[in-house]
Amino acid sequence: MKLTHWPLAGVAALLLTMQAQAADGQKIYAQGGANPAAMACATCHGADAMGMASAGFPRLAGIAAGYTRKQLEDFRSGARSNPIMQPIAAALSDEEMDAVAAMLEARPAPVFASIGRAEKAEGVGPRLALRGAWERNIPECVACHGPAGVGVGESFPPLAGQSTQYLSAQLNAWRQGTRKNDPNDLMGHIARAMTDDEVQAVAEYFAGLEQKGGSQ
Amino acid sequence: MRTYWLTLLAMAVSSASLAAEIKMDDQSQLTQKAAKDAGENFFQPPQEKDLPANAYGELVQHGRAIFVDTQKYAAEYVGNGMNCTNCHLDQGRKANSAPLWGAYPMYPAYRKKNDKVNSYAERVQGCFQFSMNGKPPAADSHVINALTAYSYWLSTGAPTGQELPGRAYPEVPQPKGGFDIAKGKQIYAEQCAVCHGDNGQGQQAAGAYVFPPLWGKDSFNWGAGMHRINTAAAFIKESMPLGKGGSLSDEDAWHVAAYMNSHERPQDPRLVEGSVEKTRVRYHANDGVNLYGQEVGGVVLGQGIK
Repeated sequence: MKLTHWPLAGVAALLLTMQAQAADGQKIYAQGGANPAAMACATCHGADAMGMASAGFPRLAGIAAGYTRKQLEDFRSGARSNPIMQPIAAALSDEEMDAVAAMLEARPAPVFASIGRAEKAEGVGPRLALRGAWERNIPECVACHGPAGVGVGESFPPLAGQSTQYLSAQLNAWRQGTRKNDPNDLMGHIARAMTDDEVQAVAEYFAGLEQKGGSQ
Repeated sequence: MRTYWLTLLAMAVSSASLAAEIKMDDQSQLTQKAAKDAGENFFQPPQEKDLPANAYGELVQHGRAIFVDTQKYAAEYVGNGMNCTNCHLDQGRKANSAPLWGAYPMYPAYRKKNDKVNSYAERVQGCFQFSMNGKPPAADSHVINALTAYSYWLSTGAPTGQELPGRAYPEVPQPKGGFDIAKGKQIYAEQCAVCHGDNGQGQQAAGAYVFPPLWGKDSFNWGAGMHRINTAAAFIKESMPLGKGGSLSDEDAWHVAAYMNSHERPQDPRLVEGSVEKTRVRYHANDGVNLYGQEVGGVVLGQGIK
């Protein structure tokens, strides 16, 4: 075992201790919930929770627990419409949702160099990400999702480290109204102002950002 | 005669030392002729792609970088969590959002109030001292040169000395019954807290502010134009929530602006003899609608916060 893995082992040990008295997030993730309809998350999101790009299953590792928790609730209620996630979320208890969301937040997330509004922006994707299209009231993506789209707080999820398939599917879901669980339609109204080409280009831009020396 | 010269000398020395401290003493609101006009063809600043690949283009680009990421590129002059572009949206390009192309061609500017002529450099230095709660970069510094070059470039083709439409935040009429801080608090919780935090503290990613703090020690100080409720209401109505400008009613924009500006923030750097009351009388009594030195909820605002 390499020395760099020891801190992770420490985190894992701590998590195991913490979860002894509550629902076991790691177990739910790897093996599923108490209700068999709550399939193991790892099946689609990967053992490392980094997602499955080709199928459009997103990365969950390192995402704020509050965000993941809300998404699970919204899948359950239908505010975020998804035929795969709806029955799974419906089969999870509140306690199980809390546990798996907390476990995922603690998972190591990919690290990206800070790319903000000051950087050069050539091409449709970078321009939308770093300059916005204010003539259509589209702010710079990084204005809310943070430099390099690393995510901010519990309401603005990371864009970096997600796949083109996932990002474009979400933007299109907002455009079509099948996803409407954002606060005050903040994302919906932006997505509806975007063109097909912009959706594709900006999804490719964030999916293509290079990681800084691998995972933390 | 000798006394006269000595007095004059003393006055010159004291005004010089004052000038070194406060770069633009008069921060009061400019009169606005340019109201919002729907469908108006605003001045169009040049496109970034048309910048020449030479020293001029580089200086302009550096000015742009300072403007959008002041935290990083002018860190030594910034004393809070703000960036220029927090108030001047779209990199200082957006009409009705105090664009640089609306400001730059209006300088040097004469202010009757204090009978002074302020240069553009002094105006920008004022931004650093008040809105950025920091220190003014020297007039011949790289930061001022770069910001001036950026402003000049954005103003390419704009007439000088003419108030262009869209140069300000369009005024919003005050509610007939006055503003209501309690209503503002509710609007804040519903519309603003998701980005700016439950207590106006802003939000950070990787140790840097993404959403600016609206009050408290890391926000603009009591001397900044945004401390005026009328100015904040105008800004909010036009541009907030980000990308959803115009969605709040005029009344709600006032209520929430009043709520924001009823909190403590860093002291006005022009503080007169350590007295909030004297500072209020000299600088705030005739400057739009503001709560500096006023009692709100049993507390006199304007104490400052560090």
